[in-house]
Amino acid sequence: MTAALLIEQLLNGVQFGLMLFLMAAGLTLVFGVMGLINLAHGSLYMVGAFACAAVANFTGSFWIGLGASLAAAAAAGAIIEIVVIRRLYNRDHLDQVLATFALILIFSEGTRWVFGSFPLFLDVPELLSGPVSLPFGVQYSIYRLAIIVIGCLVALGLYLLITKTRLGIRIRAGESDRAMIAALGIDIRTLYTIVFALGAGLAGLAGALVGAIQSVQVGMGEPVLILAFVVIVIGGIGSIKGSLFGSLLVGLVDTMGRFLLPSFFKLFMDPSQATSVGSALASMLIYILMALVLVVKPKGLFSANA
Amino acid sequence: MLNVSRETILNCLLALTLLVVPFIALSLDEPFYVTLATRVAIYALAGVGLNLALGLGGLISFGHAAFFGIGGYAVGILASHALNYEPHFSSPFELEGTTQMLILWLVAMIVSGLAALIIGLFSLRTSGVYFIMITLAFAQMIYYFAISWPAYGGEDGLSIYVRNGFPGVNTLIPINFFLITFGVLMSALFLVATLRNSRFGAALQAARQNEDRLSAVGIKPFNIRLATFVISAMITGLAGALFADLNRFVSPNMLSWHTSGEIMVFVILGGVGRLFGPVAGAALFILFEFIFGGLTEHWMFFLGLVLLAVVLFARGGLIGSLAGKVRYD
Repeated sequence: MTAALLIEQLLNGVQFGLMLFLMAAGLTLVFGVMGLINLAHGSLYMVGAFACAAVANFTGSFWIGLGASLAAAAAAGAIIEIVVIRRLYNRDHLDQVLATFALILIFSEGTRWVFGSFPLFLDVPELLSGPVSLPFGVQYSIYRLAIIVIGCLVALGLYLLITKTRLGIRIRAGESDRAMIAALGIDIRTLYTIVFALGAGLAGLAGALVGAIQSVQVGMGEPVLILAFVVIVIGGIGSIKGSLFGSLLVGLVDTMGRFLLPSFFKLFMDPSQATSVGSALASMLIYILMALVLVVKPKGLFSANA
Repeated sequence: MLNVSRETILNCLLALTLLVVPFIALSLDEPFYVTLATRVAIYALAGVGLNLALGLGGLISFGHAAFFGIGGYAVGILASHALNYEPHFSSPFELEGTTQMLILWLVAMIVSGLAALIIGLFSLRTSGVYFIMITLAFAQMIYYFAISWPAYGGEDGLSIYVRNGFPGVNTLIPINFFLITFGVLMSALFLVATLRNSRFGAALQAARQNEDRLSAVGIKPFNIRLATFVISAMITGLAGALFADLNRFVSPNMLSWHTSGEIMVFVILGGVGRLFGPVAGAALFILFEFIFGGLTEHWMFFLGLVLLAVVLFARGGLIGSLAGKVRYD
């Protein structure tokens, strides 16, 4: 095992973590401000990926596709907020889970209806294809590096939005006291729609970015959604900082576990057995991490408002 | 006699219909419907398990597929060892596989109960949204484990070549297997009804309604909830064991989050917390799949619309709309 390989895997972990962050940030915002658990967040991820693939194939430009993914996911988010989600804020979590589960069925089957069951392909833009040379002899994909940069920029932008802008003040006020902010004359319904669309847009962006390195297919959002839940449980519900920390932790632990555990077990087992034990354990690693965090801090590492 | 509520009459009608339909189907020479009815009974049983935790205990578990799948895999693994004549392990003592349903059920229930004990110990420390997300995450962990562990089929699943045996009954005949599942379902319903009216059931419902008062009378809500979660998982695990025998196949699909969602849908369509809610819900689900699945391959789209409408506008499910609100008498 060389240092170059290790650095490459570390970068992969960071890239994976930042994409998880784009998902988890929206989920945790929606939960923090509106008190809603949204299972359909993965569907918005899928909508973003499909919009990007369809528009990029039609126009031939990945960048227009990327813009389309943001717009389509944010629009889809705004529409479902106005039509369905709005009716769920005062309901219990069971109703929220079921209604958003129903939305998943509608989105997944609707997408399959329109695009068929076969995965779509989305090519990495020419500008970003190929590897780049980094220090220590590392050859790393420019595209993945670009994803890391975009992820960092979004995290920074989100931080500035929440702490420095008027909208951010309203969002934070909505998190701490919903009734009071409405009493102060803020149009809370529009604020909710904006927050939901913002989260949806971030999920769509993540879907489009990841879609270019994996395949774009129905159901691609749910595994990521469940990982985003793990992130939120680790980071603490409602905390953007917690979701950034949790995402990077989950991304790194998962990637490094898959990379290191099989070689670790090879030290004292025969190779084929080591690979199967190592990969099975690696697939469970982040959940074990979640369980450990729960034992120490049941409300997450950075619980904002318990 | 005058004191019989509409819900009781409805429950009896439901049970009777479920029992009679396969026999009518047989007499019309349509054996396919016997299998359909068996599926209803098994899905209902899985729902009965979840309904105990969800309806009576207020524990919104989105991870019951874990127990359904574990029950299924317990059957699949034991049966495959028995059919290959290779023991699970030979030291310190030899443990052979088996094809006897009664033993398989027991193992399936014990294993899923143990899994629930461990998951419950972690997840019941939290409540609300955390509980939903954590049960979902643990179920997903077991799902990924089943996929990446190659010994028992991994992603391809595991076939059971001959349906397992039940003393004195030929289980290969569909109607016999239906009667077995129906009997199990009725026993589970009886157990849940007994539990609900027991001191334990009272404590459980109190834990849902007002945790602080329950603590104040000296009962720990955590212990009550943990016991409920385990019993609930054992019932759902038993349903998984029967499901494995129905299909003679187990796959990681049984463990997927989608299955958790479906089990929850059975409970909701029928009516949360109603004794026969899962039976009505599972029957509705299968009917829906059968009717719309024949018309379009995109029937899940319409299921989503119906489910959304039920959640938004028709709370209480089928039993709720036919028999009125829950009576606390």
